Amino acid sequence: MSLTTVATDWILPTVVIIEYLDFFRSNSSQLLRLVLQHINITLITIMIALPMGVALGTFISVYKWAQTPILWLAGIMQTVPSIALFGLLIPVLGIGSPPVIVALVLYSQLPIIRNTFIGLTQVNEAAIEAGRGLGMSQRERLQRVQIPMALPVIMAGVRNAIVIIVGIAAIGAFIGAGGLGDFLFEGIRERYVDMIVVTTVVLSLLALILDYGLGVSERLLRARNGEDINPTQFTRVLQKVIS
Amino acid sequence: MNTIEFEGVTKVYDDGTVAIEDVSYSVESGTTTVLVGPSGCGKTTTMKLVNRLEDPSEGTVYYEGDDVQELDRIELRRDVGYVIQEIGLFDHMTVAENVATVPELKDWGRERINDRLNELLELMDMPPAEYRDQYPRELSGGQRQRVGIARALAGEPDVMLMDEPFGALDPITRENLQDEFLELQQQIDTTILFVTHSIDEALKMGDKIAIYDVGKVVQYDTPQEILENPTNEFVEDFVGADRGLKRLQVTQVETIMTKPAEASDTGALAADGNGNVARVLSPTDSTQVALSRMIQFDVTRLPVVDGGTVVGEVTKDTVYDIAQTGA
Repeated sequence: MSLTTVATDWILPTVVIIEYLDFFRSNSSQLLRLVLQHINITLITIMIALPMGVALGTFISVYKWAQTPILWLAGIMQTVPSIALFGLLIPVLGIGSPPVIVALVLYSQLPIIRNTFIGLTQVNEAAIEAGRGLGMSQRERLQRVQIPMALPVIMAGVRNAIVIIVGIAAIGAFIGAGGLGDFLFEGIRERYVDMIVVTTVVLSLLALILDYGLGVSERLLRARNGEDINPTQFTRVLQKVIS
Repeated sequence: MNTIEFEGVTKVYDDGTVAIEDVSYSVESGTTTVLVGPSGCGKTTTMKLVNRLEDPSEGTVYYEGDDVQELDRIELRRDVGYVIQEIGLFDHMTVAENVATVPELKDWGRERINDRLNELLELMDMPPAEYRDQYPRELSGGQRQRVGIARALAGEPDVMLMDEPFGALDPITRENLQDEFLELQQQIDTTILFVTHSIDEALKMGDKIAIYDVGKVVQYDTPQEILENPTNEFVEDFVGADRGLKRLQVTQVETIMTKPAEASDTGALAADGNGNVARVLSPTDSTQVALSRMIQFDVTRLPVVDGGTVVGEVTKDTVYDIAQTGA
């Protein structure tokens, strides 16, 4: 093994990783602030997007005529580039987080509406029939039977939406919404690669953790609905804690 | 009193299929009426007209004297118990929550619901302490249908509609549930409409049987009458070639037993010193059981014992007579 290969194979990557760790350490309080901002944007978005998407999904499960136009509109939304959408919203809402949150709510509608609709319409037919026969009105059937039973499928849609939101929220920094995107844009401007890499890793970890957390709750809901699941270690521990 | 009355009822679906045509009969309160026939004959449709899961195209369905079309369908359904083959338990709710469905819809108080729950689970032979908080997935098929029946009974309905309730169960569980349900029926005094495609189940469960051929009721009678005087070839075929034996099944020993001439006539009982009670009959045994035991023990007469005393005797000849009448 020559000295040069040792340098390229081992020393260089080690040096690079040490640089990243250095950056992470010296900027950790900044990063934490940005992560919290990012989570804040994500949470506000999901708090608006979830009831809205579930309501729309429920609406189209009852009024079938609205199904095609609403799913079509939600689908179209996803094809509009985020920068373009921000540009369109700025004249109305100004800059900062409001236009970003509105855009994120619109982006996250398709998975939530679609999964709500699928969950509600593909719920155990016999349970719906029994509910009807026992004298539940349509509203009572939705409340007591269909929505609770559709929860795991809705949760899968929310997971999908969260990953989209976390990713696109980063671009929101471009119009002053804050969040981890701040460091990304700064890194690009300053050609500061360490900053870009570390922020990207943090951003991905954030998305993965949120996705995993919701995945666990989805499995818990499935288990509660009587489905056979193949629980992960963590889910098993949680199930024990709950029961 | 007739609880349910069908008067010239026709149901045509939107796609033009005629489900039932000009069906008329009435169901006496407190009895079990079984609707039986091949699949697609309209028996389930008839049943669904009662709780307005379907509405008639022509004719009138009366519930306790009122045209059901005049009644609020939600209220009506809460007053009528409903059990289906697929059971349709709410998998995300516990046994207690499932059973409490209708009382909760009816806004009973918590205490009343609780009492009713315990009463029903006891009745279903599912001790509340053990089963209340279990989820449907933890139960066997038979237990699930017990919960289904308890859920239907919970709102103290005057009428129970049961659509092939035991159809999806294995034969042993089915028979057990049938027997339990027959006992239960004595206690609850509810009018029952029971749909099945099995003539054996119909003969076993029904006080009256309505036999359906494609969309029409071809005979509405007691099981005995259907076995003795089938109105046409369809009924004869449907009942099967062994209707003599089936007649034994629906005839109880007490209807044909004779008073024993003297106590000494109970030789069969005395001869069995091992406490083997199978060598005697109880008044509610079917004559089929009587014949089976006569063959098994190779005797021509068996004593009928009720509560430890001999109340009568059945002979092979009288049993044969039952199987032969009307043949």
